[in-house]
Amino acid sequence: MAQEESPEYDVLIVGGGGAGLRAAIAAYETNPNLKIAVISKVYPMRSHTVSAEGGAAAVIKPDDSLDDHCYDTISGADWMCDQDAVESFVNEAPNELLQLEHWGCPWSREADGSVAVRPFGGMKIKRTWYASDKTGFHMLHTLFQTSLKYDPIQRYDEWFVTKLLVEDGRCQGVVAIELATGRIEPILAKSVILSTGGCGKIFPFTTNANIKNGDGMSLAYRAGIPLKDMEFIQYHPTGLPFTGILITEASRAEGGHLLNKDGYRYLQDYDLGKPEPKPVLRSMELGPRDRLSQAFVKEQERGGTMAGEYGHYVHLDLRHLGEKIIDSRLPFVRELCAKYENIDPVTDLIPVRPVVHYMMGGISTDIDAATVLPGVYSAGEAACVSINGANRLGSNSLTEILVFGARAGKNAAAFALEQKEASSGLQAQVEDERNRLAKLMLGEGTESIAGLRKEMHDTMEEGAGIYRTRDSLAASGQKVRELQERVVNVKVSDASHTFNTDLTAAIELTYMLDGAEAIIASALLRDESRGSHQRSDFPERDDDKFLQHSLAYREPGGSPRIEYQPVSITRWPPAKREYGQQKG
Amino acid sequence: MESKTGYTLHHPKWHRDAKPIFWWVKRWVYIGFIFRELTSVAVAYSAILMIILYRSVQSGPEAYAQMLECLSHPVMLVINVLALGAVLYHSITWFNLSPKAMVVRLGDWRVPDLMIAGGNYAGWFLISAVIAAAYILG
Amino acid sequence: MAEETITIEVLRYLPENGAEPEFQSYDVPLRSDWVVLDALNHIKDHIDGTLSYRWSCRMGVCGSCGMMINGEPVLTCAAFLTKYAPGPIRVEPLAHFPVVRDLVTEVTDFVDKLKHVKPWVVREEDKPLEEGEFKQTPAELSDFKSYTMCINCMLCYSACPVYGLEPGFAGPAALALAQRYNLDNRDEGNDERMARLSNDEGIWSCTMVGECSEACPKDVDPAGAIQRYKLAGAAEWWKSFITRKGK
Ligand SMILES: Cc1cc2nc3c(=O)[nH]c(=O)nc-3n(C[C@H](O)[C@H](O)[C@H](O)COP(=O)(O)OP(=O)(O)OC[C@H]3O[C@@H](n4cnc5c(N)ncnc54)[C@H](O)[C@@H]3O)c2cc1C
Ligand code: SF4
Ligand code: FES
Repeated sequence: MAQEESPEYDVLIVGGGGAGLRAAIAAYETNPNLKIAVISKVYPMRSHTVSAEGGAAAVIKPDDSLDDHCYDTISGADWMCDQDAVESFVNEAPNELLQLEHWGCPWSREADGSVAVRPFGGMKIKRTWYASDKTGFHMLHTLFQTSLKYDPIQRYDEWFVTKLLVEDGRCQGVVAIELATGRIEPILAKSVILSTGGCGKIFPFTTNANIKNGDGMSLAYRAGIPLKDMEFIQYHPTGLPFTGILITEASRAEGGHLLNKDGYRYLQDYDLGKPEPKPVLRSMELGPRDRLSQAFVKEQERGGTMAGEYGHYVHLDLRHLGEKIIDSRLPFVRELCAKYENIDPVTDLIPVRPVVHYMMGGISTDIDAATVLPGVYSAGEAACVSINGANRLGSNSLTEILVFGARAGKNAAAFALEQKEASSGLQAQVEDERNRLAKLMLGEGTESIAGLRKEMHDTMEEGAGIYRTRDSLAASGQKVRELQERVVNVKVSDASHTFNTDLTAAIELTYMLDGAEAIIASALLRDESRGSHQRSDFPERDDDKFLQHSLAYREPGGSPRIEYQPVSITRWPPAKREYGQQKG
Repeated sequence: MESKTGYTLHHPKWHRDAKPIFWWVKRWVYIGFIFRELTSVAVAYSAILMIILYRSVQSGPEAYAQMLECLSHPVMLVINVLALGAVLYHSITWFNLSPKAMVVRLGDWRVPDLMIAGGNYAGWFLISAVIAAAYILG
Repeated sequence: MAEETITIEVLRYLPENGAEPEFQSYDVPLRSDWVVLDALNHIKDHIDGTLSYRWSCRMGVCGSCGMMINGEPVLTCAAFLTKYAPGPIRVEPLAHFPVVRDLVTEVTDFVDKLKHVKPWVVREEDKPLEEGEFKQTPAELSDFKSYTMCINCMLCYSACPVYGLEPGFAGPAALALAQRYNLDNRDEGNDERMARLSNDEGIWSCTMVGECSEACPKDVDPAGAIQRYKLAGAAEWWKSFITRKGK
């Protein structure tokens, strides 16, 4: 085959989810003459943004204020987020959601035709925009459809990125496999935006889709960019057992109750307020996710949960809401329960348990979405700016993918305009990568992909779950290191060049192991409990030592090294997180 | 190997199902679909027949009588009964699908599909009744 | 007691070996909480790593996992094994699409069709963000809401005999998407879309089979959308006919 000229772009976006598509449009708007491409391992509308249900937060109603949104975010994050970043985020949020409204997003409405908002966990005031209970779905399709309008935005659908090309101290593109043909090609660019989403699949029981393997995090990590705050992993308190399908927080916001095996609203025993018949913001079922998930574990220890085939569970009760509310506000919840659990929330209790949901940590960026490696930007769940700190507030991340997606697009475009042509030495790197992948495809390894994945799952749940200790983390750390050594010998049983999903699964496994190692190393050194990171051996928050972001760097041998970077505090000095009582 | 299979590295050949002529017998709905496509012929035939009938009426009683005689021929009878069946099938499937084309709203209330189809049938019945009445009374 | 099993017959196609597609059988555990997709994953992880198919969300919203099961187009993540017991279950790639490999079909043609209908808000003048949101009452939203629910799973294309015969046909989901914007009070693109779609490859190809709406897992009702579109198209035609005559 004749060697075609490698394509060269100004801005190359890896990831076609909400963050990636927003970035692409922002880059175009910065300068319509730029050559822009979006590369995604699945068709963009399949990206996992599609599964987000509840909503997106932004201040729009007159009774709300930007400061309130800041405060809810910061206290929700247990003061681990950078307050300057939070302020920009909160300021830019309303316009981003409005922009989406102008692009056609079918937001739910009030009777007068204005955008409706609903309450969400950890928020003092109703400020979550929603499109019934398929918010992420509608946002993603709106963005995708709108992106089709811009002809200069090229797409590489079902191309799988395996490497960042770094030369002369800056990133100049990627190497990717075209799944349909098996071609392995360089795609050069003056700036690259990593918006590859989270990595929930490192854990066995998660709301995340099959494609969420932390690809971008690992790509960045291997290129020398640190991963920030990886120890902070959000569990969502209400997932369906076995499938991990999420029952949205909106179901609690609408008035759903969490019941233990005796039908008792057990959250009242864990410092989350007193039960009221109507939902009270920042209280009981509307407390923040980390606290609810932790209460579940405590309740399990007390013997209040029920044992099922897939671990312990409690009940979510929506019956008292009645069919009309459930059908109008939570139709997707009813559909999911019927299709996947064979129950009807109008008449039945829904079995739920905490499931791994969201990565607060990720590729370390500054407030402009830039990383330490020139030419690499990152946004969305893959990135950590950080506005989510030790615990993300529900409905902040759909907004985050827009705000920081747009920032990444703008800044990457500006960076690209200043760069010269690509360096000449890239071709050798491309050949090396081709050889590496060809060797993988020989199928000479002996370790099974599914086998290694299961061992990783088991040790992550065992050692790095909702509650951790130094011993549990150290043991898992050792295990993951062992898996890292064994994965070199992984067996790819499929030798075909056409849509080889065995090859991609093997590569994804290596990505996940990088993420797993960074998570454990960061968690092991954080001798305190904060937000979603709970150490049974260090139950208190320790601001003196740990009001700092952890940064995991990859050492030449592969193992992580942790450094720290102070958290930026502007107007909200650290205080105790309080839920369950109305302030002032 | 490459020339034999039509595969060259990185240029995989897609597989396309060749459609057998009788692909539609595999599923009832498709048989129904093909049948309805065919009933269009009957609809056209009926329309032409009507026009011819109309002309014969215009051309005076003789032509009309001739026409009637022609129509009472057993072969014509069989053809017309078949055509009637086909036209009925055609109309009924259209009536049943019509609610899909028409969304009728009365205030906030969306008229249910069944009532729209029902309305069509009622209209049909009424018109038939009027014609029948005119015939009997006339 | 040995675990109960069920046989899955998967249509396999590998372009490299040049052979026609062939069925291959696998026995998988028959578990009450497993869907067909879980069975495929079990095969991939534990029996045959070379099996290729698409999936992602396993919750019926990403639209990746549509296949033919026993001849019907369905989402495999929403198809319980027990529904097909005692089996065997035949799994084939979505009908009417070229097959890339095994259960993976060619999708770009479909995505191009989506783009063809201009699925974005068309306006003569953009409204500045400072002016806030467009007003849209719940009733106005409900006019097009069901057409926004499409997950692009393409089941409707596999169910549509017209598309099977005429691959040029824009097809149910794309036309429903056009209607989704046509009926949105923020949009002004009806004429542009009508110009593209009022032809033999657009709305007039549809002969009202209605199977697309039957197959749709999200109650989008593309058949209804197309019929409404045809009515609008016909009205448009009369209007232009009369104004032309009037000149
Ligand atoms: C079930 C669920 C419900 C949620 N509900 C809410 C909610 O109500 N409110 C809220 O604010 N947030 C919610 N979230 C979180 C939020 O949806 C996500 O954080 C957000 O959508 C992430 O968007 P993203 O663009 O960063 O990534 P994604 O949408 O995950 O996109 C990642 C993209 O990267 C591409 N990609 C990845 N790896 C590669 C590779 N190697 N090569 C090429 N391309 C690659 C993928 O193809 C994909 O296009 C929810 C999350 C889940 C799982
Ligand atoms: S209209 Fe229905 S069947 Fe067709 S692609 Fe959309 S969701 Fe799937
Ligand atoms: S896997 Fe997403 S729709 Fe089935």
